[in-house]
Amino acid sequence: MKRLHGFFAFVALVAMLPVLFPDNYFVTVVGVTIGFNIVLAVALNLFIGYAGQISLGHAAFFGMGAYASAILTTRYGWSPWLAMGVGLLAVYIIATLISRPILKLKGHYLAMATLGFGIIVNIIMVQTVDWTGGPDGMSGIPGLEIFGWAVDSDLRWYGVIAVVMLLTVLVSLNIIDSRAGRALRAVHGSEIAAQTMGVDTVRTKSQVFVFSACLASLVGSLFAHQQNFVSPVSFDFFVSIEIVTMVVLGGMASTFGAVFGAIVLTLLPQVLVVFDDYEILILGAILVSIMIFLPQGLFVGMTQGGANLLRRLRNRETPARAGADG
Amino acid sequence: MPSSDAPLLEVVDLTSHYGPIQAIHSVSLEVFPGELVAIVGANGAGKTTLLRTISGVQAASGGTIHFDGEEITRLAAHKIVNRGICQVPEGRQVFAPLSVEDNLRLGGYSQRGDGDWVAEQIGKVYELFPILHEKRAQLSGNLSGGQQQMLAIGRALLGKPRLLLLDEPSMGLAPLLVAEIFRVVRELHEAGTTVLLVEQNARAALQIADRGYVLETGKVAISAPAGELLEDEAVRKAYLGH
Ligand SMILES: Nc1ncnc2c1ncn2[C@@H]1O[C@H](COP(=O)(O)OP(=O)(O)OP(=O)(O)O)[C@@H](O)[C@H]1O
Ligand SMILES: [Mg+2]
Repeated sequence: MKRLHGFFAFVALVAMLPVLFPDNYFVTVVGVTIGFNIVLAVALNLFIGYAGQISLGHAAFFGMGAYASAILTTRYGWSPWLAMGVGLLAVYIIATLISRPILKLKGHYLAMATLGFGIIVNIIMVQTVDWTGGPDGMSGIPGLEIFGWAVDSDLRWYGVIAVVMLLTVLVSLNIIDSRAGRALRAVHGSEIAAQTMGVDTVRTKSQVFVFSACLASLVGSLFAHQQNFVSPVSFDFFVSIEIVTMVVLGGMASTFGAVFGAIVLTLLPQVLVVFDDYEILILGAILVSIMIFLPQGLFVGMTQGGANLLRRLRNRETPARAGADG
Repeated sequence: MPSSDAPLLEVVDLTSHYGPIQAIHSVSLEVFPGELVAIVGANGAGKTTLLRTISGVQAASGGTIHFDGEEITRLAAHKIVNRGICQVPEGRQVFAPLSVEDNLRLGGYSQRGDGDWVAEQIGKVYELFPILHEKRAQLSGNLSGGQQQMLAIGRALLGKPRLLLLDEPSMGLAPLLVAEIFRVVRELHEAGTTVLLVEQNARAALQIADRGYVLETGKVAISAPAGELLEDEAVRKAYLGH
């Protein structure tokens, strides 16, 4: 399948990096964060980029998964896998319950509702000190063991997150070309026209919202075990915005756009620390410039630009040769 | 008990509102199996609203709609499609960022699990509109208006229509294309499809229709066999230009 060539190239890249640079901080430490962010961005892209909806509260689901794992393993001594499953189930139920009323809303109203939801969840994390440790967060979260194989080094975490991330990317690529994916894109085009095709638009939007929330919950759990520590700032409003920015930056409605956006937005602040106080300023300037000069997003804009350039070069070549022959 | 003398679609005293504005008032109409029925009327007469209410994308505020003997008045739009009422919406509404073929596949969304039929039907649509086959990999947003209309019709045919609702298929098209679209509508009708056709282009619609309804400010003003409407003095003056 031609469509999967890009994916296999990406798999090769992800697999090669730690082999080439086994002790590189950017690969094994930042790389893990990038992996988390890719999953979050790719999942949210299904909802924002493909279904044409908006969620400004997605960090809440990421946080719910993380806190479910943190609380159940440290306070109740549950196994991390069970805790992860229960967190996932809780997020599934909550996302399903809120999706029906929330997804009746559109545009700004949907943005406000999801924003409000995210903020409420974050306030709960801060306020229920007995459970969550409040603003100070919770430490001492155990690591993860996979069939007796302890995920106890940066490199091993890299491997685990890489697998989860690649699976997410693969699923996303496949959804888009399926019946469900076409329904999603139809909803984006026109909900009314989608309905006249027999698409249950409310259900379609709800399903992708819940799916995206569940993926966020899963990586939230992994995040808690990888960091051994969680606190509310990791799941606040700004994180929600950051995930949305990754999707938009890379280019909406493109799985690799979301991947690219997550990579750039995770790496940039790391690189820009050398600018100290000016870091945020420069980051802001870069983001604004990208949106001005490549409004379709970085990845989508560059690949389209590249394709156009190639076509133009080829077109210039053909008449010249034809002239020489004739 | 469906039989040939029972209507396939039966609309009784239907009303529909946009907020406080009532767009259609107590409209009653029938479409019998195999018929081509035209609804003509001026700008803003409520033709689109009527079709949208039948297909369920717009809520009815009163009255009933029966399809093949079953009440569908309050059914959700996607369930109505599953019963076999397929709408070609006003302004075509093709999915611009999707390819022509993906648009057709979406048309077959309701035929879940019948991939063979969908593939075969897509082939038939390409026979009906060869230009769509030529452009099957292109984004439908890049098609001309006429081609988009063909796609919209083709897409509706993928829903296995027992009743095809067409909303102003001639809108904004050059005369040659209008003739082409109407030729296809007639062909579909001759092949046995039941059609409810809404048009401002009253002459063209009534020429291919069996019966017609004239809609005026949300009410049925006249209903008669199409040939009679074409001869009717008042109709000629108001809708046929002389
Ligand atoms: N979304 C809307 N909100 C409020 N009023 C509407 C809306 N759509 C249509 N109307 C009103 O309802 C009435 C019927 O409109 P409708 O679009 O059904 O007419 P139509 O016969 O299809 O017209 P046209 O030939 O222009 O397509 C009109 O008076 C119109 O102004
Ligand atoms: Mg209309």
